Amino acid sequence: MSSDFPWLTALIVWPLVGAAVLWLLPTGARRHTRTVALALTLVEVALGVGALLAFDTGAAGEHQLLETHQWIPSLGVSYAVGIDGVGLALILMSVVLVPLVVLAAWREQGSEDEPSDRLRQFLALALVLEAFIVAVFAARDVFFFYVLFEAMLIPVYFMIGMFGGAQRRYAAIKFLIYSLAGGLIMLVAVIALYLHGPGGPDGFLTDNLTGLALDPTLEKWLFAGFFLAFAIKAPMFPVHTWLPDAAQNATPGTSVLLVGVLDKVGTFGMLTLCLPLFPSASRWAAPFVIVLAIVSILYGALLAIGQKDLMRLIAYTSVSHFGFIVLGIFAFTSTSVAGSSFYMVNHGLSTGALFLIAGFLVARRGSQQIADFGGLQKVVPVMAGTFLVAGLSALSLPGLSTFISEFLVLVGTFARHPGAAIVATLGVVLAAIYVLWTYQRIFTGPVRDGLETMPDLRARERWAVGPLIAAMVVLGFVPGPALDLVRPPASVTLHQVGVTDVPASAAAEGSNP
Amino acid sequence: MTFTAPHIDWAHLSPVLVVLGAAAISVLLEAFVPARRRRTVQLSFSVAALAGAIVAVAALWSGVKSSGGVRVLGGSLVVDGPTLVLQGTIALLALVSLLIIADRTSTGEDAFAPSAASVPGSEYEELARRQGVQQSEVYPLVLFATGGMLIFPATGDLLTLFVALEVLSLPLYLLTGMARRRRLLSQEAAMKYFLLGAFASALMLFGIALVYGYSGSLSYRAIAEATKNPTGTDTLLLVGAVMLLAGLLFKIGAVPFHAWTPDVYQGAPTPITGFMAACTKVAAFGALLRVVYTVIPGLQWDLDVVLWTVTILTMVVGTVIAMVQTDMKRLLAYSSVAHAGFILTGVVALDPAGISAVLFYLLAYGAATVGAFGIVWLVRERDEAGVVLGEATHLSQWAGLGRRYPWHAGIFALFLFSFAGIPLTAGFVGKFGVFSAAVDGGAWPLALLGVLASASAAFFYVRIVVLMFFSDAPVEESATTSEPESETDVAVGTGAAPAVATLVAQKAPALTTTVVGTEGFAAVAIALCALATLVLGVFPTPVLDAISHMSTFLP
Repeated sequence: MSSDFPWLTALIVWPLVGAAVLWLLPTGARRHTRTVALALTLVEVALGVGALLAFDTGAAGEHQLLETHQWIPSLGVSYAVGIDGVGLALILMSVVLVPLVVLAAWREQGSEDEPSDRLRQFLALALVLEAFIVAVFAARDVFFFYVLFEAMLIPVYFMIGMFGGAQRRYAAIKFLIYSLAGGLIMLVAVIALYLHGPGGPDGFLTDNLTGLALDPTLEKWLFAGFFLAFAIKAPMFPVHTWLPDAAQNATPGTSVLLVGVLDKVGTFGMLTLCLPLFPSASRWAAPFVIVLAIVSILYGALLAIGQKDLMRLIAYTSVSHFGFIVLGIFAFTSTSVAGSSFYMVNHGLSTGALFLIAGFLVARRGSQQIADFGGLQKVVPVMAGTFLVAGLSALSLPGLSTFISEFLVLVGTFARHPGAAIVATLGVVLAAIYVLWTYQRIFTGPVRDGLETMPDLRARERWAVGPLIAAMVVLGFVPGPALDLVRPPASVTLHQVGVTDVPASAAAEGSNP
Repeated sequence: MTFTAPHIDWAHLSPVLVVLGAAAISVLLEAFVPARRRRTVQLSFSVAALAGAIVAVAALWSGVKSSGGVRVLGGSLVVDGPTLVLQGTIALLALVSLLIIADRTSTGEDAFAPSAASVPGSEYEELARRQGVQQSEVYPLVLFATGGMLIFPATGDLLTLFVALEVLSLPLYLLTGMARRRRLLSQEAAMKYFLLGAFASALMLFGIALVYGYSGSLSYRAIAEATKNPTGTDTLLLVGAVMLLAGLLFKIGAVPFHAWTPDVYQGAPTPITGFMAACTKVAAFGALLRVVYTVIPGLQWDLDVVLWTVTILTMVVGTVIAMVQTDMKRLLAYSSVAHAGFILTGVVALDPAGISAVLFYLLAYGAATVGAFGIVWLVRERDEAGVVLGEATHLSQWAGLGRRYPWHAGIFALFLFSFAGIPLTAGFVGKFGVFSAAVDGGAWPLALLGVLASASAAFFYVRIVVLMFFSDAPVEESATTSEPESETDVAVGTGAAPAVATLVAQKAPALTTTVVGTEGFAAVAIALCALATLVLGVFPTPVLDAISHMSTFLP
C-alpha cells in the first residue's frame, strides 16, 4: 500500500535536517542545544507514530508505505523504501530510544549547566545515526541497503572515538575494520547477485532479486558473503570480539544505540535478505548456523558471568541474546521467527535500559568496575529497583516482554530441533546467574565506603529509563498488538524459504490473552 | 616525386593545439614580460588555455558521440569517445592542480625553488632567496606536460605514443626537481625519475621495434590486423608486446615498475605531486586501455597471465607497504599504487563495461588525489618563533589536526574515505563499477582480492583519520604560547618575530603543526575537489551516463 505522505522519507530526512540544525546552531543559541535536540527527536517519534497509523496492521506481512525512485539507473540502483511489520516495529523501537539517549546524555561531555560544544557534536552525530538506521530498516533495494550498511559505520566510529573512554581509539578502529571487512565481502556478493538477476535500471530492487533460480553452489557462496557480514554485525561467535571493546569504551548513550539498534541490522539483514534471496542455501546452512547460535548463547553467557567491567558484562549478555535471535530465525517455524522478530524489539528495550542505568551508576561512581560498587540498595533504592527490573528482563522473567519472545523462540525451535532448544534453555539458567549475581554484587551487602551519599535517580533520569520499563511491562502483559505486527511477516518469510511450517502448539497460541 | 600532405582536421585537434600553442606562447611570455607581472600574466594565460581546452572538448562532444570518432593526421591520432572523456578529465584535473601550483602562502612563498639551477647550500641559492625571485617557468612546463598528456591516450600509432610519452615526461622530470625546501631530496627524486623513466622509455621503444618487426607497421590498425590470428611462432611478438606494456605500466606505477613512485612523490613539490599523481595516471591508463583493447586484443590469451600477475601484485604490494609508512606523501604514493591495481582489475577483464568503469574511477580518483595533496601542501611545520617552515609530512605531526582545523581535517577525511571506498563518496561508485566489470568479465578472483585489499587499505586510511580527530596534538603547550606571540606581534609591529622570540622564555625547540593561510587558489581547488567527490558519490548518474555513451573505441 502506497501512502500519499512519504512517511518513510520523512522519517529518514528529518534527523538529517536536525543534525544540520544542531551543527549550524549559531553561538548565541547554543545554550539551548539540549532542548533543541530533544525537541527534534520527539518530532521524529511523532512521525513514527504517524507511520504506525498509516500502516495497515491487518496486512502486516506485506511491505507498505512503499516509495520507489530511480537513483543510478545505469547501475540498476533505486531509492526504494518500504516496511513490513517487523521493519515497522524496529523503526519504532529505534526512534523511541533516541530521545531517551538524548535525555541520558544531558550532563555528559563536560557539560553541567551549559551544554558544551562536544555535546552538541555528539547529539548531531546521534541524529545522523538515527537517520541511517531508519533508512537501513526501510531499504527495499539491495544496493541502497549496502550503502547504508557501510555509511552507518561513520557516525558510530566518530561517536566511539571522539567521546569514549580510555581505549576508545582502539575500540573504534576495531569496530570499523571488522564491520568494513564484512561489508566489503558482502559487496562482492552484492555485485555477483546483481549480475545474475534480471538487471536493468531496477536490477537492485529486493523484490526483483527474490526468487531467482540461482546455481546452487553460487547461491551458497553468495549466502556466505551476506551471512558473514551480518554475523559480524549481529555479533555472533566467533566474530563478536569487537563488541565488548566498543561497549566498554563508548559512552552509555552510544552503547544503547550501538547494541540496542545497530546490531539489529545484522539479524534484520539475515531475516529480510539472506532468507528470501537465498532460500535453498539458507536451508542448507541452517544446521551449521544453529550450532553457531547455540555456541553464541552459551559462550556469551559464560563470559558475561566472568566479567569484572559492568559495560563489558552487558555487552556479552547481548552476544548471548543475539544467539537466541539467530537461533529463532534459522529454526524455520513461524513461531520461532515471530519470536525472533519480537525478541529484537524487546532486546533493544531491555539492553537499552540496562546500559542507561549502568551509565548513571558509572557516572556517579567514576568507575566501571563492579568491585567498586556494593550495597547500593539502601542508598539509591529507585535505581536499584529499575536495574532489577531491567536485569530481570534480561533473564526473561514472565510478566516482562522478553519472556514472551524467548518463550516463542524456544517453543518454536523445539518443534523442529528439540535438542537445540534444550541446550539453548541452559542459556536462560546462565542468564539468571549473571544478572542476579551482578545485582547482588552491586546493590546488596554492606555499603561500600564513599558511596553513602550517592544521589538517586533524578527526574530527568527517571524520564530516560521509565518509558523503557513501562514498555517492557506493558508488552509483557499485552503483547498482542506487537505480535500482530511480527507474525504475518514470519509466515511470509517461511513461505519464501520454502519450508513447511511446523504447526504452532496450543501453548504458543495461548500467549495471546 | 609527389607528396600528398595529410589532411589536417584542425577542429578535432583543437584541445591539443590550444594547450601546446599556449605552452609555446607561455615560453615567449616568460622571456618578454617584465618580472613583476610575469606570474599574474602566466597564471591567467595558463588558466585560460586549460579552460579553452575544456571548452574545445565540450564542443567536440556531441559530434564524436554521434559519429563514433574520427582519425586525424593520417591515423596518427584517434579522436573517439574515450579520447574526449580522457582529454576532458585531464584538462579539468590539470586546471584544478594549476590553481594549487600557482598558490602562494600568506608570506608570499610558493612551492618552487627561486633558482632551480643553483646548487643547494650555495651562495647563489641564498642570494636568489633573499631577492625573493619567483619561479614562473613552471607554467609553460605544466602546459607542455598537459599537452603531452592530452595526446597520449589519443594516439593511433606507436611512434606518436612514444613521442607523447616523452613530451609529457620530460617537463615532469624537471618539475620534480624544483621544490623550494628539501632541495637535495627533490633533486634526487628528479634524477631517479629521469633515469628510471629513460629506462622504461627505452624498454618501450624496443618493444615497439619488435612489434613493428612482426607486423610491418606502426599503426594500431595494421598491428591489430596482423596480430588477429597469432600463429605459434610469435615469441618476438609476445616479448615486444610485454615490453610495450612494461613502458605503459611504468607510467601507471604498477608493480614491479612502481619503485619510482614513492621517492618521486615524496621529493617533488607537493602541488606537482598532485598534478602528476592524477593527470599522469589518467593519461597512462588511457593509453593502456587503447593498446590493450585495440592493438593487441588478439594476444589476449597470452597476455592474460602477465596482466593478472601484475594486477594482483600491484594491489597487494601497494596495500601492504602503505601500511608501514610514516611519511604522508609516501603513504599516499603507495596508496596510489594500490589504486592503480584496482583500476587494472577493470582493464584486465577485457569487458566493454570495464572501459566506462575505468574512466569514471580515474575521474573520482583524480579529484580526490589533487585535493588530498593540496591539503598536504597546506599543513606546515611552525617553529617556536612562529615562522612557518616546510610541509609537516611525518604522520605524527598530523595528530590532533582535527581539533584545531576541523574543516581541513574534515575535507582530508572525505578524500581518505573516497580512497577507502566508503559509500556516498565517488571512490565507492568507482570501485563498484570496476569490480562489477571484473566479475562480469570472469575475473572474480581479482574482484575478491580487490575487495580484501580495499578492506586492508581502509586500515591505514582510517588510522590517519583517527590520528587527526581522536589524538591530542603532540606539543600543545607550544601552541598556547604562540597565541600571546601573535598578539605581541600586532602590538610591536611588522618584522618583530625574531624580537618576540627573545621576549618569550626559551622553550625546548619544538615544532608545531599548522595549516598555513594562502592567497586562496588552493582553497578554491580543494573545495572543488571535495564537491566533486561528494556529488559524484551521491548523484553519479549524469556523469556515468555521459561516460557510458562515449566508451567505445574506434577499431
